[in-house]
Order: sequence, then structure tokens, then C-alpha cells
Amino acid sequence: MSAIDQPVRKKDAMALVTGKPVYTQDIAPKDCLVVKLLGSPHAHALIKEIDIGPALQVPGIECILTYKDVPDSRFTLAGQTYPEPSPYDRLILDQRLRYVGDAVAIVAGENEKAVEEALDLIKVQYEVLQPVLDFRRALDHEVIIHPEENWKSLAPVGADNRRNLCASEEVEYGDVDQVISECEWIIEQTYHTKANQQVMMETFRTFTHLDTFGRLVCVSSTQVPFHVRRILANAIGIPKSQIRVIKPRIGGGFGAKQTAVSEIYPAIVTWKTGKPAMIIYTRRESFTSSSPRHEMEIRVRLGADKEGIIRGIDVYTLSNTGAYGEHGPTTVGLSGHKSIPLYGKVEAFRFGYDVVYTNVMSAGAYRGYGATQGCFAVESAVNELAAKMQMDPVRIREINMVRQGQVMPAYYGEKLNSCALDRCMAKAKAMIGWDDKYPCKDMGNGKIRSVGVAMTMQGSGISGVDTASVSIKVNDDGFYSMSIGATDMGTGCDTSLAQIAAECLDCSVENIIVSGVDTDASPYDTGSYASSTAYVTGNAVVKTCAALRQRIKAEGSAQLGCPVEDIEIDGEKVYRVDTDESISLKDLANGAMCGNSNALSATESFSSPVSPPPFVVGMAEVEIDKETGKVDLIDYVAVVDCGTVINTNLARVQTEGGIAQGIGMALYEDIKYTEKGQMVSNSLMQYKIPSRLDVGTIRVAFESSYEPTGPFGAKSIGEVVINTPSPAIANAVYNGVHVNIRELPITAEKVYMGMHKEK
Amino acid sequence: MLQILNESLIELHINGEIRKALARPSDTLLFFLRERLGLTGAKPGCENGDCGACTVLVDGWPVKSCLMLAAEAIGHEVTTIEGLDKVPIQQAFVDKFAFQCGYCTPGFIMNCQGLINIHPDASDEVIHEWLQSNICRCTSYQEIMEAIRSVLPSQ
Repeated sequence: MSAIDQPVRKKDAMALVTGKPVYTQDIAPKDCLVVKLLGSPHAHALIKEIDIGPALQVPGIECILTYKDVPDSRFTLAGQTYPEPSPYDRLILDQRLRYVGDAVAIVAGENEKAVEEALDLIKVQYEVLQPVLDFRRALDHEVIIHPEENWKSLAPVGADNRRNLCASEEVEYGDVDQVISECEWIIEQTYHTKANQQVMMETFRTFTHLDTFGRLVCVSSTQVPFHVRRILANAIGIPKSQIRVIKPRIGGGFGAKQTAVSEIYPAIVTWKTGKPAMIIYTRRESFTSSSPRHEMEIRVRLGADKEGIIRGIDVYTLSNTGAYGEHGPTTVGLSGHKSIPLYGKVEAFRFGYDVVYTNVMSAGAYRGYGATQGCFAVESAVNELAAKMQMDPVRIREINMVRQGQVMPAYYGEKLNSCALDRCMAKAKAMIGWDDKYPCKDMGNGKIRSVGVAMTMQGSGISGVDTASVSIKVNDDGFYSMSIGATDMGTGCDTSLAQIAAECLDCSVENIIVSGVDTDASPYDTGSYASSTAYVTGNAVVKTCAALRQRIKAEGSAQLGCPVEDIEIDGEKVYRVDTDESISLKDLANGAMCGNSNALSATESFSSPVSPPPFVVGMAEVEIDKETGKVDLIDYVAVVDCGTVINTNLARVQTEGGIAQGIGMALYEDIKYTEKGQMVSNSLMQYKIPSRLDVGTIRVAFESSYEPTGPFGAKSIGEVVINTPSPAIANAVYNGVHVNIRELPITAEKVYMGMHKEK
Repeated sequence: MLQILNESLIELHINGEIRKALARPSDTLLFFLRERLGLTGAKPGCENGDCGACTVLVDGWPVKSCLMLAAEAIGHEVTTIEGLDKVPIQQAFVDKFAFQCGYCTPGFIMNCQGLINIHPDASDEVIHEWLQSNICRCTSYQEIMEAIRSVLPSQ
């Protein structure tokens, strides 16, 4: 192989380090109307009266929209394949306001100053309603958050708006109660993970304008251009054919931009006024009115025999979707489906969940998508089981982990064709020096150093749903243009997919020009989420290249005058296998531009019936201050099985970044509300993500399996890397000071209180 | 004393050139660079001084341009990422894969360039301290650390 498993430089690298104008705001027309939203000051309220008269008088104000001006047809902002599992529960503007920050009015004007002034002058009379802020009490609460008649659930997800229920399900395999009752060792605990912010450095932003033909053009920092096209059509009530969505470079997404957080507002302004419009979310708005991780409370009951073989797992998840149901019915599923299957000897399991509406900001998609929350709960429970049995938590995993070749009943019955989890565990153990360091060492200065472990899996795209298409054409001189619908949001897929194409076409990566995404021009792709790009779009690249090679051979046979069976390609030239005769790809391509009826291009689509899981073993070494409970991360080791690594450097950096985000979730990050539902953690000063000094040393290694259904054996990597830090660090804390932290983040206060409670 | 009322024409030294444009007294340097001069390399990330994505050099020192008024920069030498002429730290960021999405990168590069100018003999401790002023959400900062180390004469 020449292009695969290589540290190929990112195609956009030079543009990014020289500060070229490549992001949405950098390339927006100068005459865009400034669009801003008036947010609700109440967590739950009805608009009784709204007076925009004085605000409209402000010089420079172009339009002010209220709930009276928008279609009364509900939709979802979730970027998912139609029919979306997320309920249609939103309007662009609604008379009922469901969280602090929910949009009351849209104001557009010539400059920010005028818009700010107009926002202040809008007079609203609210009928303040009782909010539902405790998600444990939301189900069947007397206050209904979505009482409206036109609320709609398109998919059978067990939703009932009259019960504040966004989704509900229970699946059982075997008789889990019976199996657990027979066990020697039983653990039953409840774990609580908080909502977390993605905090991509580029906040949500979109600009819109009308093109020559009067169509709506939407340029947006999005992971899901094709879904945005449908969402805008649903929201504004215009045909999809009237909409074009373009994605420039994206300043990070991590799932946040799998929800159409910002697009609808400038879009309706442009559609109504005919003028270009732009919305830029401030960091504060990005914190208060966006799409964070679902808060979950997860009850885990598991049973093991006297040797420590885990025989039964029972998981119940209560998920908080907030005011709207974006990604509510789907994230919750991963909390069980991506945690239980790690334990290969389980004879019976049950997985049930309820997803409830509350009056806080709607949750959405964030890297890990529920698996992260489930991983913290189940891995923590396994660690508690090991502690109860006085067994090494690495050992209990070694004897229980799922192995290659097994069928996984808790993972949709899929067979595990590639798995190096055992090798990942062995390598992580050696790298961190587990046997020397477990469980802990008193440093003699009031501090204890200890180690902890967790393992995890994710998927590679959504089986049977995610669809990727790729078009490649041969240009004059024989260079290739590849159009993709997958969105490079910093992950580097423009580069890694070009590597796959270069490998298939025996050419250099530089010879592949990648473009994406413009919904008018790019082939369809569900978008970059669910760890789908390397696997699903990567497979589409392989398929397209195979079809293109046939086309090139056909042209070669025409130009060389021989049967196509006698033709081969070596990347540089097309040649006859039976003679020495050949034609260079350059001459063939140039020749094909004169009097030719055979298009040298191919488009293929790919969808997978399976979603092969990547695996990670994470081990943390922490130092705990016995006096204060403060936890410092010293060392983090992550060993990854993502199948074949496509780009060695991009995969490493992506892993390190995911681990860093996981560390933030474990130790620092917490969205906090007042008792009235006002968010207090609404800036980077309150919502603390790790800086250079907080992440310690992160060391990454790869133990690759070979996934037979993947492109060159590859699986995914984007999401799985965020999952292990929370349970591994919690385990290290336990191994150091015998305190089980079951609610994130693991703050000094909680550790201190735990140390003094359990003494 | 400098006095600017309403919108006035101001003159700044930017990237070795004299640039004139209209500014209001409350315009930040970041706004002035991006909106008045079209220098979009400095990125707004929080406009609160927390993230460092808008870092530029003022008389060689890194400054968060969202926290400085355009008027305050009068008489000072401002350097933005557009003013760097393929300096070693830019190539080092590419070679070490010190970014993913790249949005924080101009700010980090300007900060690193400041460090290189001011502390060419920086120890790891000094580098850590300087890097703390900027936030990156894609990476773990390790490659950024490696990039700066690779171009510091002292390392």
C-alpha cells in the first residue's frame, strides 16, 4: 500500500496556517443583514402580547418576525435521515417558550448596533408558566411542555407528548432477572452524566442570499448540508428544489453542527426580504441556545458468578432531551447498545429507557452520542464489581471482554468480524505500567497516585440508514476530481478519502482534487456524523474507483483497439497485457475530450447492513490531594482499534483531541442552571474546557484489527475516543482513595466529601 | 491627547503598511481588522478574551484583539497572521499536524510567534504558560507544543 496508513498532510493545511478566508463568516458578502434573536427570559411562558412597533422605527431595521409571521407547521432541527426519529416539535418561532433563550423574535437590520437597539425596544408580555426543570420528575408531570395538537412523531419511538415523553423502549434478551438472581456477585448503582457543550471554536453561523434564479442559497458551518436543505424546506414551507446549501471550511463540530441550530433564522429573513442575511452566534448564545450532550441518569444492575464472569446486565437510562427532541430518541439507544455488548459472556440483558422533555435548552448530538454516557455507567459498575470482588479491574475485563468472531446479541445481533480489544488491553497495561502502579502509591507528601481503566466501543455509521455517494471524474492531463457529500469539519476527511481514492487509482494523493459540499453539485451523503465518514463514505470511494477503472479500461480498449479484457491500468498508463502497447493516462484523458461518447466519470453509493465497532482501552494515572480531594491527571494512555489506520497522524491527533474532551467531561465541564432555569455556565470562564495545563500527558497507540467490510480494513475513530476518560479517571480515584464518584464531573469537592463520608 | 468622536478615519500600522479606515470609538481591533480591512485571519471565538483565537502581535507582543480597541492600536505596530511571510512556526504547525479544524490556529501561531520573538530561550515551563492563553478543542495541545519546540533555538 502506498497511500493508506501514511501521515499524509491535510489538504487544507497551508490555507489554515496562513489564515486564509475559508470559514463561513470570512467569505460572507459585506451587505448581509445582521440577524439576531430575542431570547425568552423565562423557562416556560406564553407570549400574551408582543409589540414590535417602536423597534421597527429604529433606523436600519429591515424586518422583525414574531410567531405570527412564521408557518404553523412543526419540524425538527435534528440532522437525521428522513423519516427522522426525532419528533416534529418545533416552529421557527412559537407562542409557547420552552427554555430560557428560546427564540421570541427575529430581528434583522443593517448593522449590529441598530439590531441591538431594536431588540431592547420589543415589548413582550409573558404569561409565565411553571417550568419542569427536574428531569426525574418530568414524566407524567402535570405541566405538559408540548401540549400542541400538531406535535408529531414520524417514527415508532414510543413518544407521547401528553406525558412529556420523547421516546421510550425496553428490549430484553434471555431472562435477566433470573440470571442475575443466580449470581454470586451483584452490583446495582445509578450514575449521572451531565449535559456537556461541544465548544467548537467556531460558533454556529450561517449566511443566506438569493441566487440569480431566486433560489435560497444557504452557506453554513454544518456537518449535514443535505439534511439542512430538507430542514429549511420543512421550516419555511418551500420546495427543496428552491434551496441550495453550501459548506465551506468548518471550525469544528463534534456533533453540535449535526443540528440545524442557526440556519432557519437568516433563511427566513432572506426568503421574506430578498436580501442577504447572516447570523453569528456569540459564544454566550452558543452556550445557552444550542444542542449539548443529553444529560442521563443510568441505573446499572449486573451479576457475576464467583469467578467474576459477568452473566447478566440490566440497564435503564433516563435521558433529558430538554425543550425539544433533537436526537432524543436515538442518543439514548447507544447508552445500552454500545456498552452492554463489550461483555461477551453475558447470557441475558435488559435495556430500557425513557427520554423526557424539560424546560432547559434542547440537547443534541455530541461525539459519543449516548455511548459516552452508557460507557461511564456500565464501565463504572464493572469497576465497582471488581472492587467488591477484590479483583483487578483489568483482569475482570480480560476474562469477560467480547472477542473477534462472536455474535453480539446486544449489538443488533451483529457478528464481530474485527476486534483487537484484547491486544489493546495488553498494550495499554504495558504502556502505563499497570502492574507496578495498581492500585495506588502514597507519595508521602499528602498525595496519592493511582491508576484506573475503562474500555469502550462505538459504531461505524448507522447500519441500513447512512448513505454515502461519491463522484470521480478524469480531467484532461489525467488528474481526478472527487466530489463528496461528506463534510470535512476539521477531521481531515477531504484528505483521508483522497488517500483511499489514490490507493484505488494507483496515483498520488495530490492528483485527487476533492470538493464538497454543495447540495446542487455534490452527490448525496447523509453527512459527517455517527462515525460514518471513513467507513461509509470510504467504502463509497472504493466502489466509485472500481467503477471508474472500468470506464478508463473501456476507453483504453477503444483507443488501443483491443478487447477490454486485455486492458490493465497502473495509475500512469493504460496498457495491453498481451502486447507492450500502452497509452498514458494523460493522453487517454486528453483524447477523451475530442469526439468521445464515453464519459470518464463514475458515481456510486454505499450503505452498510452492519456497523463494525471500533474499540478503545483507556487507562488513567491521577494524583489525588488527600487534603483537598483535588484530582490531577498525570498520564493518559489510549490504545485504539479502528481497523486499518488511513492517516496515521490525523488518527493520532483525533484520538488525543477526543481524549482531551473526555478529560474535560470527567473533571471540569458542567452546565449549571439556577432554580429558575437560567444557565449560569454561559461563558468560557464558567464552562471550563481543558487548557494545555489540564490534560497531562496523553499517549496514543494503535492495535489494528482488519475489518473485512471496511475500506482497506478500516473502521471508524471519530467518536469512540471520547468515551473512556470519565470511567477510567473515576476508577483511578476509587483505586486511590476508595471513593466512588457516580456523578460527573469529578470535582475536588465530591472527592473530598466522599473521603469524609466513607470514613 | 487622542480624541475620537463618532466614526472617524484612523491610521494604523499593520503588517508593515499604513492602513486607513473608519472606526468608531468602541470598535475593537478585531472588528476593525476583519470588517474594515478585510483581514479575516484573526478569528472571533468568544470576544471575551478567553479563547485567544483572535490573537495578533502588537509591538511584538501577543494581544487578544477582541480586548483592544482599534483606537488603542494607533501608533503601535500590529502584525496579523496575514503579515507573517511563511515563518518557520507556520511550517512547523503543518509538519507536526498541530491542528484539525484550524479555527484556533492563527491565534496560536501568533502567540507562538510572539514567544519566539520574546523568549527564544523559552523552557518547557514558559511554553506551557504561554500556551495556556489559547484554547483548542480539536487537539490535546501536544502537537502545538511539539511545533513550538521544533522552531525554538533553545530546544
